[in-house]
Amino acid sequence: MITAGCDIGSRTAKAVIFENNKIISSAIIPAKLDPIESSETVMKLVLEKANLKFSDIGKIIGTGYGQQEIPFAHHLESEIVCHAKGAWWNIPSARMIIDIGGQDSKAIKLDEKGNVTRYTYNDKCASGTGRFLEIMADALQVDLDEMGGIGKTFKEELNISSQCVIFAETEVVSLISEEKNVADILNALHKSLANRVASLARSLSIEKDVVMTGGVAKNIGVFDALADGIDVPIRSLDGIDPQINGALGAAIIAST
Amino acid sequence: MSIFAGFDVGSLTTKAVIIKNKKIGGSAIIKSGPKPVESANKVLEKLINETGINKNDIKYSIGTGYGREKITFINDAISEISCHGKGAQWVLPSARTIIDIGGQDCKVIKLDKNGTLIKFITNDKCASGTGRFLDVMAKVMNIDVSELGKISEKSTKPITFSSMCTVWAQADVIKFINSRRPAEDICAGINSAMANRLSMLTNSIKVEKDICMTGGVAKNKGVVNALGKILGCRIKRIKKIDPQLMGALGAALFAQESI
Repeated sequence: MITAGCDIGSRTAKAVIFENNKIISSAIIPAKLDPIESSETVMKLVLEKANLKFSDIGKIIGTGYGQQEIPFAHHLESEIVCHAKGAWWNIPSARMIIDIGGQDSKAIKLDEKGNVTRYTYNDKCASGTGRFLEIMADALQVDLDEMGGIGKTFKEELNISSQCVIFAETEVVSLISEEKNVADILNALHKSLANRVASLARSLSIEKDVVMTGGVAKNIGVFDALADGIDVPIRSLDGIDPQINGALGAAIIAST
Repeated sequence: MSIFAGFDVGSLTTKAVIIKNKKIGGSAIIKSGPKPVESANKVLEKLINETGINKNDIKYSIGTGYGREKITFINDAISEISCHGKGAQWVLPSARTIIDIGGQDCKVIKLDKNGTLIKFITNDKCASGTGRFLDVMAKVMNIDVSELGKISEKSTKPITFSSMCTVWAQADVIKFINSRRPAEDICAGINSAMANRLSMLTNSIKVEKDICMTGGVAKNKGVVNALGKILGCRIKRIKKIDPQLMGALGAALFAQESI
């Protein structure tokens, strides 16, 4: 049976088509204002990429904050469960997932079968979420995708003392007026974000293998700083865009 | 005739008040610059210009606010908590709980009838519940923050936010503007959100009447009324002085007591 997973997030919508234990196609699009439109658009795209029709899909599972609005989902599943399943499928030794999305961050513990045993998340405070990076990218006038790489070239170790995104932005404006290097500021920001999420993860007690998922995992600065923060090496998904992990997990669950 | 001065160097504004003949003799407010000592000098200059006093007429002066230790010309420095408490109780002797909302922090201060500090709690980590929250929302609304109270008066159906975080609330306001919700309802919702966040602080301190508000945000009737509703009692309005000057007033009163 061909299955699909559709993850409607706050900033992006993701879809994965899955068959015979393999990813057939995947798609990521910026979220539309209307979650229904987001789900229809991303599904259309992922089907096109796989050269398939809606009717070819046996079961579709929806997840993400906009899951209730997915008109074609047969079932819904929590992001927590989907992220755990997706990462565990790719890395069976995964016992902890740290996911940083557009508007939240989660730490999930799973057993050897990929079942969630404990989890915690923050969706109340913008600190420790992808939004933090978006706001800082704007303030520093750099591309979101380039932040990680630029930050790695830092020379001076700066410190952003505020956890609050609003206050941190003020600090950044100060640093810019003091003519501090953009790379140095980015490095400090990545550390700040990572530390916030590391605290979240530590509240569950860290267990290897730790895997990072979600769009922010693509920022090498945050990725490395997070590993430092929890003092344990982190693994990234093998050959898979970490941003599609939720949709992947949903598609896998649909296939079982 | 002795003149005593208080200086309150905040992150966003710097205030000065003088006490002359045991009465408020004048005041000044300026926008803070990056260096506290410069801000203090500037506000002193403005004070001198507006009151006609001589710098040498000031017998004793006290500084407060986050930049207080850096002010070179003052005689002593005292915490904002103490100064806001002092000032508020002088203006309103029945005050037992003072809710101070500054540009980048908020505090709840409990005093006994003698002005002794019983308990206090502050938030300077999260922009929500501080003047900053209102600044951000007012900017999105394209209005001056001082208009938030007045505009909200006509509201019949205040909007509600999904979260207290300033970042998410800002996105919500944009959505409400785009879906053409009336400005008065959005402003009323902003004021309520502010009050709700403040109530998280007041909840942990068990407020006692009379309650008053100090700091710039106290001038927003919408927030004052919304908070009064949550607390279940009227918040006493400060009329004798601009509530934003309360810290500087308290500092000036302490200066008076120092001789």
